[in-house]
Amino acid sequence: MSLTIDQVRRVAALARLKLSVEEEQLFAGQLSAILDQVRELEALDLSGVPPMTHALAEGEAVALRPDAPVPGLSTEEALGNAPSRQGSCFKVPRIIE
Amino acid sequence: MSAAPATSEGAVSVELIGLSLQAASGKLAAGEVSSRQLTEACLARIDATEERVGAFLAVTGERALAAAARADARRAAGASLGPLDGIPVAVKDLFMTRGVATTAGSRILEGFIPPYDATAVARLQAAGAVLLGKLNLDEFAMGSSNEHSAYKPCRNPWDLTRTPGGSSGGSAAALAARQCFGTLGTDTGGSIRLPASFCGVVGLKPTWGRVSRYGVVAFASSLDQPGPLGRTVWDAAAMLGVIAGPDPRDPTCAARPAGDYLSALEGGARGLRVGVPSEWFGGGLTPGVEALVREALATYQRLGATLVEISLPHTKYGIGAYYLIATAEASANLARYDGVRFGFRAPGVSGLKELYAESRALGFGAEPKRRIMLGTFALSAGYQDAYYLRAQKVRTLIRRDFDAAFTRCDVVAGPVAPGTAFRLGEKTGDPLQMYLADIFTITCNLAALPGLSVPCGLAAGLPVGLQLVGRPFDEATLLRAARALERELGPAPAPTALEATA
Repeated sequence: MSLTIDQVRRVAALARLKLSVEEEQLFAGQLSAILDQVRELEALDLSGVPPMTHALAEGEAVALRPDAPVPGLSTEEALGNAPSRQGSCFKVPRIIE
Repeated sequence: MSAAPATSEGAVSVELIGLSLQAASGKLAAGEVSSRQLTEACLARIDATEERVGAFLAVTGERALAAAARADARRAAGASLGPLDGIPVAVKDLFMTRGVATTAGSRILEGFIPPYDATAVARLQAAGAVLLGKLNLDEFAMGSSNEHSAYKPCRNPWDLTRTPGGSSGGSAAALAARQCFGTLGTDTGGSIRLPASFCGVVGLKPTWGRVSRYGVVAFASSLDQPGPLGRTVWDAAAMLGVIAGPDPRDPTCAARPAGDYLSALEGGARGLRVGVPSEWFGGGLTPGVEALVREALATYQRLGATLVEISLPHTKYGIGAYYLIATAEASANLARYDGVRFGFRAPGVSGLKELYAESRALGFGAEPKRRIMLGTFALSAGYQDAYYLRAQKVRTLIRRDFDAAFTRCDVVAGPVAPGTAFRLGEKTGDPLQMYLADIFTITCNLAALPGLSVPCGLAAGLPVGLQLVGRPFDEATLLRAARALERELGPAPAPTALEATA
């Protein structure tokens, strides 16, 4: 299928991604080409086939840790990469207009 | 980094960098060399070659020398931690390293300093390995050539006009260039095996759930798997033994303990049933690669293995299913890069929504944007059943293909890639062409199986890897089979492209 510029803009808004006019054009073409390749999957009869919803083989056990509290990151460590902070908070632009 | 101090004997240093991890480990144990000497030799080699190779995004020379001194002190005190103690290694810059910048090859994480180590990194260091630095990659591990690195391309030490493959390009190139003795990479659709094949080294993608993903920047969570690369099968096997096994910090990591990957390594190929899928020898496979892969299969036969013709009928649907599932998961995983808690924040924006959209617009490169767009579309209302759900059903069929094959064979063998290393720029204009480089490796990820690439010769002077895929958690058989071939053919020789202009 081919994606229109309007569809590209709608998807970009969902993805919280601001695209330039050039990127909108480029992605409309490239994503359409990739979706054409993906159309191959439509040739398969998938009735009765369950989706593979987990990559671990069925019955394979995982090791859960004991439900006991352990120290996490300190406030300073957690804020260490903050682009902007105030006190012990991440600082962002005004949310409510 | 500062220039490494000159070793007392330059010739010794040149000999050291060519050693396998196993041989270097033996020399350490015999007291013939110190970790400091090995580390200095690697740092000097990086200094001499890195400008041309571009395998490293960061070299942590001082930290490495300090770690080497600690390893030497342990050994002197009779308290060596084992075969990796004092061995210089490096990891893909997708692994968190406490206190050392981790970028995922992206501008959006430029300057990010992790407050913790990835489990695989912590385990390597707990085994005494000396971390030399962080290796180049495609941005967020998205790519097959390392050309999507936001920082610099990485070049193939066999031919500097060619790519090392990707996305773990630096992990393979650093080994081929003799800059370190072992590396870690990650493999979502072929990202360990493809560069291993292109650079003439051994690369293992373990079973999904074999190695903890804690602290590894997530791309596609149901496909991502960290794994080792080495210049020999033993080297990769030794590292796997250290990094594999359950991790309380990764609840998707299997509970079964790590296997013993070294003791059965020399078991040979006699009696092994090697499955040969007709679908992996179809159109697109270049004659030079096909000839070497068929020679490798003949070698197995000569060693007492049986070749079994098998069919993996849904192979051709792998690329389509992969690019829906991987991008859908990527669109969710990359939602966390929003400019709020860490990473790049666009300056001078007034509202929160604008902050998200602008930070992501400026921070992400073209490939992550392309994949976020495709994944968001595949998950959007009205399209999810037609694309994402359909792809997950196809994934079941691909897994069943392998399940059926493994009733008749012990390993599946074939090419890693249709061709040898391609030139920089050759495929960057057409994403679909780039994606097709993964056509033989991608189904292994979709089926969550272990796979490896082992060198099987040179085609027109460039390395070719044989791919082996095994049953879930049967890395031991894969490694034994790879070692049987390596014992016949030897590891790939050292490339000469770096020496010619030195």
